[in-house]
Amino acid sequence: MIPGARAVSPAARWLLTGAALALVALFLLVPLTAVFIEAFRGGAAAWAAAVRQPDALAALRLTLLVAVIVVPANALFGLAAGWALGKFDFPGRSLLVTLIDLPFAVSPVVAGLVLVLLFGRTGLFGEWLARNGLKIVFAPPGIVLATLFVTFPFVARELIPLMRASGSEEEEAARVLGAGFFQTFFRVTLPNVKWALLYGLVLCSARAVGEFGAVSVVSGHIRGRTNTLPLEVEILYNEYQTQAAFAVASLLTGLALVALVAKAAARRFSPADAGKRENR
Amino acid sequence: MKGSRPLPGFPVSLGVTVTGVSLVVLLPLSALVWTATTLSSEAFRATVTAPRVVASLGLSLGTAAAGATVASAAGLLIAWVLVRHPFPGRSLVDSLIDLPFALPTAVAGITLTTLYAPSGWLGRPLAALGVKAAFSPFGIVLALVFLGLPFSVRTLQPVLAALDPQVEDAAASLGATRAQAFFRILLPELVPAWLTGFALAFARGLGEYGSVVFISGNMPMRTEVAPLLIMTKLEQYDTAGAAAIATVLLGASFLLLLGINRLEAWSSTPRRSPQ
Repeated sequence: MIPGARAVSPAARWLLTGAALALVALFLLVPLTAVFIEAFRGGAAAWAAAVRQPDALAALRLTLLVAVIVVPANALFGLAAGWALGKFDFPGRSLLVTLIDLPFAVSPVVAGLVLVLLFGRTGLFGEWLARNGLKIVFAPPGIVLATLFVTFPFVARELIPLMRASGSEEEEAARVLGAGFFQTFFRVTLPNVKWALLYGLVLCSARAVGEFGAVSVVSGHIRGRTNTLPLEVEILYNEYQTQAAFAVASLLTGLALVALVAKAAARRFSPADAGKRENR
Repeated sequence: MKGSRPLPGFPVSLGVTVTGVSLVVLLPLSALVWTATTLSSEAFRATVTAPRVVASLGLSLGTAAAGATVASAAGLLIAWVLVRHPFPGRSLVDSLIDLPFALPTAVAGITLTTLYAPSGWLGRPLAALGVKAAFSPFGIVLALVFLGLPFSVRTLQPVLAALDPQVEDAAASLGATRAQAFFRILLPELVPAWLTGFALAFARGLGEYGSVVFISGNMPMRTEVAPLLIMTKLEQYDTAGAAAIATVLLGASFLLLLGINRLEAWSSTPRRSPQ
């Protein structure tokens, strides 16, 4: 047998694997561990006291409220966009795909800023809102809108390429056999994309819970009222309550770990999706 | 591919899509451009060429480029090992790669600051070597490497997995050394995905706020990134100034996105067969 180029010697192989693992440990594992060590530095009682602070609980409630509004909205939008842009070809299709992707590339601070420009006191709709006693910026609606902007591409970006790659033959067959739109959608299309949908929803939820920059611009930072969990972390940290900041941060890190497990599961159960995902 | 009999639901789903894109993306971003145009062109130029603004844009560009470069290099090694050299616990490590996507940026920010501060686990040995990590541009780069790592690994992995190792065997049988096989056979195939990962990490780093704001130290002219300066201008009620800087950043994002779309089209075009 010819000594193949890929038949790397065991020493080189261990060296490469060791170097890669060292990088993963340095850049990912050490920070992950540090969160929990700092959070429990004062013992479990101090941790529990920090996460039971009324301000922390209010921030947790607001964060979950935002996620509960934003994630289903993105699911509906993502499915509609997947159907329109995945199953059909029309002029302007690729422009729409690019516009859906745009929030990925826009700075979160810019995303928050545009909401201030629209709905702030001196913004385009500011006067109208004030006259009608409505408040968007520096209030929960602004936080929802900012989160909606930054999470906008997550579900659609997973579904559009997959629905495009799987074509329309199965749906057409269902139609020929007499299925209605909803029957076709729920019994043919949705089962085909369910893992990709879940994958997108996990990414979307993680970002919705953890968004900081965009929310920071529009929140107003009123403790107990317009503060989300990441903003509460910032306030505690800047007040030199490091242990409390890391205790609250450990809650967010726990949610992130749940997201990682769900994400790994969604990937594992969709071997067929995994290959298609890259075809745009 | 597409059948002649159209599927139903096109008008409704397209309507939802266009409405969503218009309300969530187009309307806000046009408000930004509109606000920036209320400045005269001289005022716009004066705002974005002010020394503090130029310094912050330069810092954002420089640290984003450096962070994306390191993340791309580390990402290539990690993706290579994950795809080619199975080891016990690989799937666990593979899941961990996505941590920066899932971890809120504020959490990453305070954690990295604590680690790289002069008294931190990693900051102390670096300080002993005379390297200032946190509260310096180097600290910003470290945060952006953390953030950019998954972009690089995740764009390279599928391409590496799709490469046929037999091509390398063929190269070896024709007398190529391992280095020749890597640089002349593998690397050209990886370049589009590698650049895509770089561009994604760069775009993310350019606008990053949460993970950077804690570790940077936020000193005007030295460690103040552009998104932070937008925030500062906004707090000083200089909305037009904030909008002007934001427009420059938005323009850069848009160009990057166009580049990424071109790169992705390039990497999905079938390359010549190996024979």
